[in-house]
Amino acid sequence: MILFLEKRANYSPLFSALSPVLALALTLIFGTIMFSILGVDPAKALYTYFVLPLTDAYLIEQIILKATPLILIAIGLSVCFRSGNWNIGAEGQYMIGGMFGAIIPVYFNDFQSPLLLPMMMIMGMIGGALFAAIPAFLKARFGTNEILTSLMLVYIAQQLVDWLVRGPWRDPQGMGFPGTKSFNESAILPELIPNGDAHFGTVFAVIVAIGVWFMLSKTLKGFEVTVLGECPRAGRFAGFSTKQMTIFAFLLSGALAGLAGIAEVSGSVEKLDDKLSLGYGFTAIIVAFLGRLNPLGILVAGLILALSYIGGEEAKIALQVSNRATNVFQGLLLFFVLACDTLIHYRIRLVTSSKAGGTG
Amino acid sequence: MDAQIIVSILISVCVASTPLLLAATGELVVERSGVLNLGVEGMMIIGAVAGFSVAQITGNPYIGAIAAIGAGAVFSLLFAFLTLSLVTNQVATGLALTILGLGLSGMIGEGFVGQPGIKMTSLDIPYLSDLPLVGKLLFGQDAIFYTSLILVGLVSWFLFRTRAGLMLRSVGDNSKSAHALGIPVIRIRYMAVMFGGACSGLAGAHLSLVYVPQWVEGMTAGRGWIALALVVFASWRPARVLVGAYLFGAVTIAQFHAQALGIPIPAQFLTSLPYLATVIVLVIIARNRRMTMINTPASLGQPFVPDR
Amino acid sequence: MVDSDDNNKELLSVSGITKIFGTLKANDNVDLIVNSGEIHALLGENGAGKSTLVKMLFGSLQPTSGTIVWRGNKVKISNPSAARILGIGMVFQHFSLFDALTVSENIALSLGDNIEMSALADKTRSVSQEYGLPLDPDALVGDLSVGERQRIEIVRCLLQDPALIILDEPTSVLTPQEANKLFETLERLAGEGRSILYISHRLEEVQRLCSRATILRHGKVVGACDPREETAASLASKMVGAEIDIVHREAGSDTGDILLKLNALTMPPATPFSMPLRGISLDLRAGEVVGIAGVAGNGQSELFDAISGEATQADSDAISINGIPSGRMGISERRNLGAAFVPEERLGHGAVPNFALSENLLLARHRSDKADFLGLGLLGMIKRSKVKILSRQIIEDMDVRKSGEDPAAAALSGGNLQKFIVGRELDRNPSVLIVNQPTWGVDAGAAARIRQALIDLAASGSAVMVISQDLDEIFEVSDRIAVISDGGLSEPEPAKNMTREKIGMLMGASHQNDVDTPNTLEATA
Repeated sequence: MILFLEKRANYSPLFSALSPVLALALTLIFGTIMFSILGVDPAKALYTYFVLPLTDAYLIEQIILKATPLILIAIGLSVCFRSGNWNIGAEGQYMIGGMFGAIIPVYFNDFQSPLLLPMMMIMGMIGGALFAAIPAFLKARFGTNEILTSLMLVYIAQQLVDWLVRGPWRDPQGMGFPGTKSFNESAILPELIPNGDAHFGTVFAVIVAIGVWFMLSKTLKGFEVTVLGECPRAGRFAGFSTKQMTIFAFLLSGALAGLAGIAEVSGSVEKLDDKLSLGYGFTAIIVAFLGRLNPLGILVAGLILALSYIGGEEAKIALQVSNRATNVFQGLLLFFVLACDTLIHYRIRLVTSSKAGGTG
Repeated sequence: MDAQIIVSILISVCVASTPLLLAATGELVVERSGVLNLGVEGMMIIGAVAGFSVAQITGNPYIGAIAAIGAGAVFSLLFAFLTLSLVTNQVATGLALTILGLGLSGMIGEGFVGQPGIKMTSLDIPYLSDLPLVGKLLFGQDAIFYTSLILVGLVSWFLFRTRAGLMLRSVGDNSKSAHALGIPVIRIRYMAVMFGGACSGLAGAHLSLVYVPQWVEGMTAGRGWIALALVVFASWRPARVLVGAYLFGAVTIAQFHAQALGIPIPAQFLTSLPYLATVIVLVIIARNRRMTMINTPASLGQPFVPDR
Repeated sequence: MVDSDDNNKELLSVSGITKIFGTLKANDNVDLIVNSGEIHALLGENGAGKSTLVKMLFGSLQPTSGTIVWRGNKVKISNPSAARILGIGMVFQHFSLFDALTVSENIALSLGDNIEMSALADKTRSVSQEYGLPLDPDALVGDLSVGERQRIEIVRCLLQDPALIILDEPTSVLTPQEANKLFETLERLAGEGRSILYISHRLEEVQRLCSRATILRHGKVVGACDPREETAASLASKMVGAEIDIVHREAGSDTGDILLKLNALTMPPATPFSMPLRGISLDLRAGEVVGIAGVAGNGQSELFDAISGEATQADSDAISINGIPSGRMGISERRNLGAAFVPEERLGHGAVPNFALSENLLLARHRSDKADFLGLGLLGMIKRSKVKILSRQIIEDMDVRKSGEDPAAAALSGGNLQKFIVGRELDRNPSVLIVNQPTWGVDAGAAARIRQALIDLAASGSAVMVISQDLDEIFEVSDRIAVISDGGLSEPEPAKNMTREKIGMLMGASHQNDVDTPNTLEATA
C-alpha cells in the first residue's frame, strides 16, 4: 500500500469546515486508546474531560476565564501566521504586557482614577507590541529568522519578570514570597458577573475577534495579509511591502498578547507574581490552527482548549489521572488539525504497490 | 588561576556543549536534505525522558542512551509522516512536535521526578586518562562526548565524500530535479529526519544521564532551539557546528561561574545570556546575506509532491 | 557505441499508451515508433502531451495503460535509472540540474552507483572535447550560463552511452548560433547510429533535422509525416487543428512622444545568482512596440523588476514614465503614472494561484482603481461586487475560458490565465505596457490573440515593450528590436533592418566593461 496525494483543482470548502471536527474526533479516539493503556475507563475519563465541566456553572466560568487569554493571543497569531510571519514568542509578549501594565499600580499604588484601568490596558498593549517589535525589526532590517529570535526572547522575558518580582518590585510585606503588592480596587479589571472569577478581558476578546475578523475578510489590509502570506512575490507585484507587513503583524499580535497579559494580571491575579508564565502563548498556537486562523473560529477553539484544561483538573481530582495528559491531548490535537488540513487541498489515495507501478 | 581549575572548567564546557553539538549535527543533516524540523526541542526532551526512565528500570545508562536514540527516531517519524507524506507546513508541524514532546515527556516522566539518576560514568581510558592535566580532559570523559565528536567527522565525510551524501545534498538543493533523475526524494528525507531524531534523542539522554543526571520536567530549557540557531550560524557546515556548539557551551559555563563567584549581576541576567547570545549571533549571521543565500539548501522548507 | 547494423530497425515501439491525471487525459492511446539511427520529431503545441509522453519513456511517470517495446522486448520502465540501464537518455526542457553542486557532481548523480569522482572528471573532459561541448568539471552550476547548462545535460546523457536520446524543446534557451552547433552535434550522434527523439513546436528546425515526425494534439496522435514534404502552414494546421488568426500589423506608423525613458539604468545583482543591469538606456515612444530579444537569464526579469518598481532605483532619473522621474517610486505609484506590467511567471508573480480571478484583479488594480474598488476608512473596505463586475467584463473581452463563476487562478489553463492577466492591464488603457514573455507556454490561439492585443494597444497611441525569448514573436510584433545580453542592452534598431543572425551575434555580446557596476554583493564574498 502506498499513499499518494492528488491536488484538487479548487480547494474543498467542505473539508475546510470539516477538518477541525475530524481532528477533534481523531484526538478523542487516541484519547480512548491512551486511557485504556493507562488503565482508566476511557468512557469515564473522556466524560470527565469533555462533558463534566459543561454541567457546572462554576466550571463554565473557569473555562471562560481560561479561554480569554488563549483567544486574545491566538487572534494576534492568526494575523502573523496568515501573513507568513512565524511569531512563536507570544508567551514573552504576554509576560512583558503584564509587566508593562503593572508599572503604574506598582509605582503609584495609591493612585486611583477611572482612567487608571484604560491606562494600564494601553500600557500592557504597548509593552507587548514593543517586545514583539524586536524580532520584527530584526527580520525586516537584517533578515534574521523570526522563529528563533521570538522564541529566545521568551526565556529572556521570563528571567526579566522573575528578577523584578523577586527584586526591585517585590512587596516588602509579602512574607518573602515573590510578587508585587496587591493592586488597589481601581486597578482591578471588573468581574464579568458579580463575585465571579471571569473578568472583563473576555469582553475584549470578543470585540477583538469581531474586529480582526472584519479586517481580515472585508478590507484591503486583510487582503494584503493573505496575499503576502500565500505568495510574497505576487504581493510585491501588488505593491505591498513584506517588511511593513512583518512589522504590522508582529505589533498587532504583540499588542494583543500584551493585552491578554495585563488583563490576566489585573483581572485574575490582581498583582504581578512569578506564576504568570503558564504556557498560554504556546497553547494559543494550537488554538490559532484549530480555529483555522479565523478569529471567529478561534473563539470556539479557545473554548475547546480551555475545556481541556479544566477537564484535566477535574480528571486529576476524580480519577487520579495526571493532568499532564491534558498537554498530550493538546499536542495530539494540533497534529491532527495539521494532518486533516491536507484534505482541503489534496485528495488522498491509497493504492496497492502493484497498481502504483502502473501496467508495464 | 590554577591549571587544575582550568581543566575542570574545560571539562564542564565539554559537558555543556555535547547536547548542543549532537542535536545541531542531526538537524544539519535534516536541513541539508531540504527539510526544516523545528521539533528538535521536542525530540530532545523525549530522548531525555526515555533515556532516564529506561536507565532507571534497567539500571544501565547505556541501554538508556540506546533507548533515547530509538525514541527520538520514532518520535521524529510523526513529523516525517505529516510533512513528507501529507505535505503539511513544516514550520507548524515542527512546533506541534515540540509541543507534543514537552507534553508527552511530562506525562511519562511524572513518576520519575525527584529520583536520583544513574550517571553515565566516564570511560577513563587506562593510563592515558591518568596523564597530568589533559588526561582527564581528553581521555576521561563519557561515551556520549566521544560519540558526538566522532559523529561530526562521520557526517562531514558522509555529506562531502560519499555518493549517498551527494544524493542527500542534491535533494536539498532541488527536489524536483532530483525526482526527475530518479533519486528517491521522499525516502531520503524520511531517513534524514529519523537520523536527526536519533541525534536529538541522544542529546536529550546526555542531559538526563550525564549533565544533570535527573529527570526535571522541561529540562531541555530551549537547547533544542539553540541547536537550530547553531545550524544557521554554521551555515550548514559540520565543522562550524562544532565551533558554534563549543562557543555556546562556553557562554553557558561562563554564566554559571559568574554566578558562583558572586559577581554582582542578578542571576536572572546571567541565565538569560545564552538566549541573548543566540539572538545576537543570528543577527550577525543574517547581516551577511550573500553567505547565507549561497549556503542555505535551496529547497529548505519547500513542500514536495511528486507527480506520478 | 551502438552497432550500425541496427540502422532502420525498430528501436522503440510504443502502443496504446494512456496517461490520466485525475480527470485529465494527458495521453490518449498514443502509438509511436522510433527506428535506430533516426532523428524523429515529436510535434505538438503547448499542452498537447509531448512532455508527459517522454516522461513515461524515461520512467519519471508511469502510464495508466499501454505497452512499451524496446529492442523487441516488452519492458516496464519504473524509474529513470531503469531507463538508463536500457539505454535511454534524456535532456530536460527545464534542466534537472543542481545549482549548489559542481558540474561533475551533477553528472555523477545521473550515473551508476560505482563511479569514481576522479575518473569522472577526466571522462567528462574527454567526452566534452570529443563532441565540442567544452565544460569545466569543477565549476559550480549556479554560476553557468543557460547554454553551458544544456551542455552539462547533453554530456551527462552521452556519458551513459545511450541508444536513444530524448531532447525536450532544446533550442528554446539557445542563441541561433548555439542552436546550429547543437544540430551539428545531433546529426553526428545520429550518424553514430544513435536514435534521437526530438520534441519541438518550432517547425523550421524540425524540417532541418528530421525525416519523420509524429504529431500530437490534445493527447492524441493526429498524424505522422515527413516534415520536409510539408509547408510550415500545413504542419501548423496539423498541430493546432484549426486555422490560427494571423497577427496584423500596420507598418511604419509614426511614433510620438517618449513615454518611457531608461537613462543608464544600472542595478547591482539582487542575489548571488542573479544578473546586474549595466547602464541600460532606451526611449520607448507612443505608438511603437519595442521587442527585447535575448536568451533566458541575461537580465530580463531584473529589467522587468526595475521598470515595474518591484526593485526601485537610487537615482530618480534612471527611469521616467510619461516624463516624470520615477526611479524611486514603488510599483503602485508607477501604475498611477499610467504604466502597466505583465510579468513572466503567471502563477506566483502575476497572480496568486489559490485566489479567485476577481481577487487577482484586485491584486494589480487596488491602487489605480481605488475610488471604484475601495470604501473609505483606514483599512479600506473592499467593494467585492464592483470588483466582480469588472472581472466578468475582462473575462468576456478577452474570451477567457473557465469553469465556474469565479475560479481560482490555478484552475485555468496557461493560455486562459495569461489572457486574463493581459486583459487586466489592457482594460486600464495604459500609456506604457511592459510585458515579459507574453506567450510562454500558451497555446497558439491564445498567443495570437495576445500579440494582436499588444499591437492594437500601440496603434492606439500607447508605448509597448515586449521582452521575449521567442524570436518569431519578436519579429511578429516589434517596430524596433534590441537585444539584452549579460545585463546590457544593445542599441534598438528598426525591425526591418534586423536579421536572426544579427540578433544571434548581439545575444553573445558581453557588456561587462560598459559601465562600472556597483557590485556591492560580490564585495562581501
